[in-house]
Amino acid sequence: MAKDELSEFHLVGTRPLRPDGLDKVTGRARYGADVSMPGMLWGAVVRSPHAHARIVRIDASKAEALPGVKAVVTRADFPEGLTGENWNLQENTMAGERALYDGHAVAAVAATSALRAQEAARLIEVEYEVLPHVIDVDDAIRPDAPVIREGAADATVPEGSPPNVARYIEFGHGDTEAGFAKADLVRARSYKTEATHQGYIEPHACLGQLGADGKGEMWVCTQGQWFIRQMCSSVLGLEAAQLRVTPSEIGGGFGGKTTIFMEPLSLALSRKAGGRPVKIVMTRSEVLRATGPTASASMDVKIGMTKDGMITAADAEFRMQGGAFPGAPVDMALYCAFAPYKLPASRHVGYDVLANRPKCAAYRAPGSPMGAFAVESLIDEMCRELGLDPLDVRLKNAVKEGDRASYGPTFGSIGLVETLEAVKSHPNLELPLGPNQGRGIASGYWFNHSGETSVSLAISEDGTVQVSVGTPDIGGSRASIALMTAETLGIAYEDVRVNVVETGALGVNEPTHGSRATFASGKAAVIAARRAIAEMCRRAAAEWGIDAEAVEWANGAAQPAGPNAGKFPPMGIEEIAAKMGSTGGPISGHHESVPEGVGASFGCHVVDVEVDPETGRTTILRYLVVQDAGRAIHPSYVEGQFQGGAAQGIGWALNEAYVYGQDGRLQNAVFLDYRVPVASDLPMIDTQIVEVPNPGHPFGVRGVGETGITPPLPAIANAIEAAAGVRMRSLPMSPPKVLAAIKAAREG
Amino acid sequence: MNYHTPSTFEDAARLAGAAGGVTRFLAGGTDVLVQMRAGMVLPDDLIDLKKIPGVHDIARTADGGWRIGIAVPGAALGANAALVADWPGVVEGMELVGSTQVQGRATLAGNLCNGSPAADSVPGLIAAGATAEITGPGGTRSAPVEEIPAGPGKTTLAPGELISAILLPPRGKAGGDAYLRFIPRTEMDIAVAGCAVNLRLEGDTIAEARVALGAVAPRIALAPGCAAAIIGTTLDEAALAALDAAAQAACSPIDDKRGTVAFRTEVAGVLARRAAAIAYSRAKGE
Amino acid sequence: MSKIHVTTTVNGDEVEFLADPRESLLDCLRDHLGLTGSKEGCGTGDCGACSVTLDGTLVCSCLVLGVEAEGRRVATIEGMAEGNALHPLQRKFLEHAALQCGFCTPGILVAAKALLEKNPDPTETEVRYWLAGNLCRCTGYDKIIRAVLDAAAEMRQEAA
Repeated sequence: MAKDELSEFHLVGTRPLRPDGLDKVTGRARYGADVSMPGMLWGAVVRSPHAHARIVRIDASKAEALPGVKAVVTRADFPEGLTGENWNLQENTMAGERALYDGHAVAAVAATSALRAQEAARLIEVEYEVLPHVIDVDDAIRPDAPVIREGAADATVPEGSPPNVARYIEFGHGDTEAGFAKADLVRARSYKTEATHQGYIEPHACLGQLGADGKGEMWVCTQGQWFIRQMCSSVLGLEAAQLRVTPSEIGGGFGGKTTIFMEPLSLALSRKAGGRPVKIVMTRSEVLRATGPTASASMDVKIGMTKDGMITAADAEFRMQGGAFPGAPVDMALYCAFAPYKLPASRHVGYDVLANRPKCAAYRAPGSPMGAFAVESLIDEMCRELGLDPLDVRLKNAVKEGDRASYGPTFGSIGLVETLEAVKSHPNLELPLGPNQGRGIASGYWFNHSGETSVSLAISEDGTVQVSVGTPDIGGSRASIALMTAETLGIAYEDVRVNVVETGALGVNEPTHGSRATFASGKAAVIAARRAIAEMCRRAAAEWGIDAEAVEWANGAAQPAGPNAGKFPPMGIEEIAAKMGSTGGPISGHHESVPEGVGASFGCHVVDVEVDPETGRTTILRYLVVQDAGRAIHPSYVEGQFQGGAAQGIGWALNEAYVYGQDGRLQNAVFLDYRVPVASDLPMIDTQIVEVPNPGHPFGVRGVGETGITPPLPAIANAIEAAAGVRMRSLPMSPPKVLAAIKAAREG
Repeated sequence: MNYHTPSTFEDAARLAGAAGGVTRFLAGGTDVLVQMRAGMVLPDDLIDLKKIPGVHDIARTADGGWRIGIAVPGAALGANAALVADWPGVVEGMELVGSTQVQGRATLAGNLCNGSPAADSVPGLIAAGATAEITGPGGTRSAPVEEIPAGPGKTTLAPGELISAILLPPRGKAGGDAYLRFIPRTEMDIAVAGCAVNLRLEGDTIAEARVALGAVAPRIALAPGCAAAIIGTTLDEAALAALDAAAQAACSPIDDKRGTVAFRTEVAGVLARRAAAIAYSRAKGE
Repeated sequence: MSKIHVTTTVNGDEVEFLADPRESLLDCLRDHLGLTGSKEGCGTGDCGACSVTLDGTLVCSCLVLGVEAEGRRVATIEGMAEGNALHPLQRKFLEHAALQCGFCTPGILVAAKALLEKNPDPTETEVRYWLAGNLCRCTGYDKIIRAVLDAAAEMRQEAA
């Protein structure tokens, strides 16, 4: 990082109002379901009520006879011959020979009103032959489990593996047996986590239009308009450039809106209905049954530790199901599980297992929370057994710059030690606890991600600046990108407008995922701004009749680069902009790349809980998030990410879970029973931003969105043991389970 | 779907009696609209009772009890200080139904007629000795609230019959009631177990008591064993232990997505103890 | 199945629409009147994103039939600011960064306004319980609660 970039910021680190704020507090912001079009039809989807069934017959004649019904589509309306992930996406969009989970789409209809479409959907008759199903990951990996799909295993799967194993991963280093032999304490434990849903409050919604000429448009709530374009094109056999996808404002995603669900159905219906636009809005029940929750996991972990707290070796075997398709993030879970620790030896084994559940999607640090639950719980248990302070043990084994990561690569600049030190000196650790109360700590990790990024910046006639980015703004990235752009240009924050644009306006961008928007789009915007600055310096140089190299940019103006350059008054951006028509035309800057220099983010959480010994209910009394942000561009939204991640982790730890009946149907497909935390469940969530700048970003940014969901699962388990003397190794740590554990401990 | 807005209960009963298909009454609407939305119930006739005069009123009866209109939402119960002073347990049960928003709509009569074994307002009504005034094709009758539930989603009301008012008896002196439920979160959940206790003291001794349990059996019902465990006591440790055991003995719950048999049974005992303690201290005027 | 003509007042303006009796007030606001500020997050009264007031009472508009609005007064997020003058709650939500995706924001603002009209000086606990029916998945509620308490303090000061 160049020195001047860190010396003094005018805007980076301040907290201006977000540019989209006014629209969002007045109800004007337009989300997925908020837009209508002339001639618009409404779509509805027929879904399987069975976890696993052969589709014998679909009869839509009654629906088609209903006045106002304009189109019905089934899998027969989709092209054949797709392979790999494209086939998976198509099969998940619309079932082919078999329905693979409760909620799997089997047909869709478009009609002149939403009510008419729903009536028509009820009139579509589907005959099923119900097949045996399997839900739990440990059941699904049995050799005699119902087979979800023959031939689903890829080349990684060893010969003779159970039939539902789709992928296998194994890695490690050193001699684990020798490591365990050196340990004073070796403990092996098993853990389970249940699937949870991202729980964004905005259900999926899209408005798609597709003509017989193969040209189409879509308005859709998504984290990634290019992903929608590519996936819809693949599933429907379209040319990608003929489909223009415009992202709406997005009502939360957390990874769950990085893929397609019913979007191709709106296009297929539109094409069949003569090109009339078709709007499909999911119900909450459809969101929970048929979009992508996270995986469920069953994990065995073994750790060796010396009596002074040094880890000598670690072994992990994780089994995860991510629904009826490959893609459970078992690899990510293994990579992250031991990331905060310097391990002398390790072995990691993972199985990606198919089950009759919806296709999992990304959810905030995919895989990391599960692995952390297992590893951070076991480390806490071992510290307790050895009489060691769990924070000191974490510091003792903490990875630093130059250390080999547990998953192979060598860490660059990281801030784990700084984060743990900040926790150690935080006043929350000194607060006294009462009866039935306990304190737990745990660490968490996420790599962060870069990805294909394309950003364009243009100077307006009056010197104000527009920035076109391809990463939808989920939590304030327009504000952070405007701050970095304005800082770079030396102009006011208010003079920059950041627009999230449609697929026709930029090259390919990956979605807002992997905590990449402020890192990748931000870095690209800064580089684009520098290119515009270079051009503006050239224009000034030409006017002054000096070399462009003799002009520098400062405080929003071109200036002679020193006494030898000549004596000219600064030429401000407004002046350059006003004259651009006669000095060479429009001035812009552009950058596209897969930005290098991603910086990983470590966090550590401290939670105080109280457990009611008579009911097993856990109350969160106090919560602290400490995390390395690299650099907080807009600290309010960094804190917001910390707090939001913690709240989701708390929900996962205590009450959120997919609950299936014996029949394989999802039993809690409404917010009444899918229990996300409500306002009265939580205390204020204290935050402390640690800033160990990432040298790979012009302002030092690391991603901050994901790490925060990881530590709550084990931190709360550790606090519950401190409060109630019981060790919970399966999520959710709901009152019935905690009370049963308390009773068993009392009796046993 | 036909939407009706009768102006008398007799007209409502006639409409319901004459309707051939699926009929639903609309009081607060917080259950019916959810069922319609989910496609669980698709009524042919929806009879909105909110235009009937008096359904929004809370009135003292001549004997010092209360008459509560069938469209009075939970928020209005809580805003009536005299009613809260008399029957805090009844009101707190109703106020636990749903969110602030749901409190603006949901009613005692609707909560009762929905027939849920977990209905939060019903144990308090039963413990209080409330009665339902029922209008039907044959005229008007009344029945104790505990006779209305008939198992999950069912009531004992005959076709064409509907509840036209909820009646609470006079509170009397030295009485107190309370309702507690257990839910995993702090709000927004359906009761996993619930218990209402209504008692009257003579001095420090419990002279009369009614205890009702919710969400631990197919029907919300009185638990006479619980009442017997505390009548004649000063709610000392022994009485509380007996109450706990009696509550657990009265349970016949199920395992479901909200709780297990063992958990519901054990927590019913805990709630009975805690609710009794609150009712006792309310009766003492503490 | 015939539609019913409904005349009602929304944010002070008299409006008319034709409603299928199965349609919720939320459907009618969004699809017949173009008032898309109220959101559907669940359709079951569990998320509060559709919060409006009906004759001054806070309700979920997904749990009210459109035909029930006949002759009533409905207030939605679109009527919260007076022209360009934001309500103190709206300003405080912006200042405190009390929104991330913003989808739950209209419902929370409408609900919080109803709270402060009833209780101008709520405690943190009272705000949390009043808003328990308004789910937010982004913020962990911290900044929302602070914004409501701060707006209440400012409104009390202005009233004094």
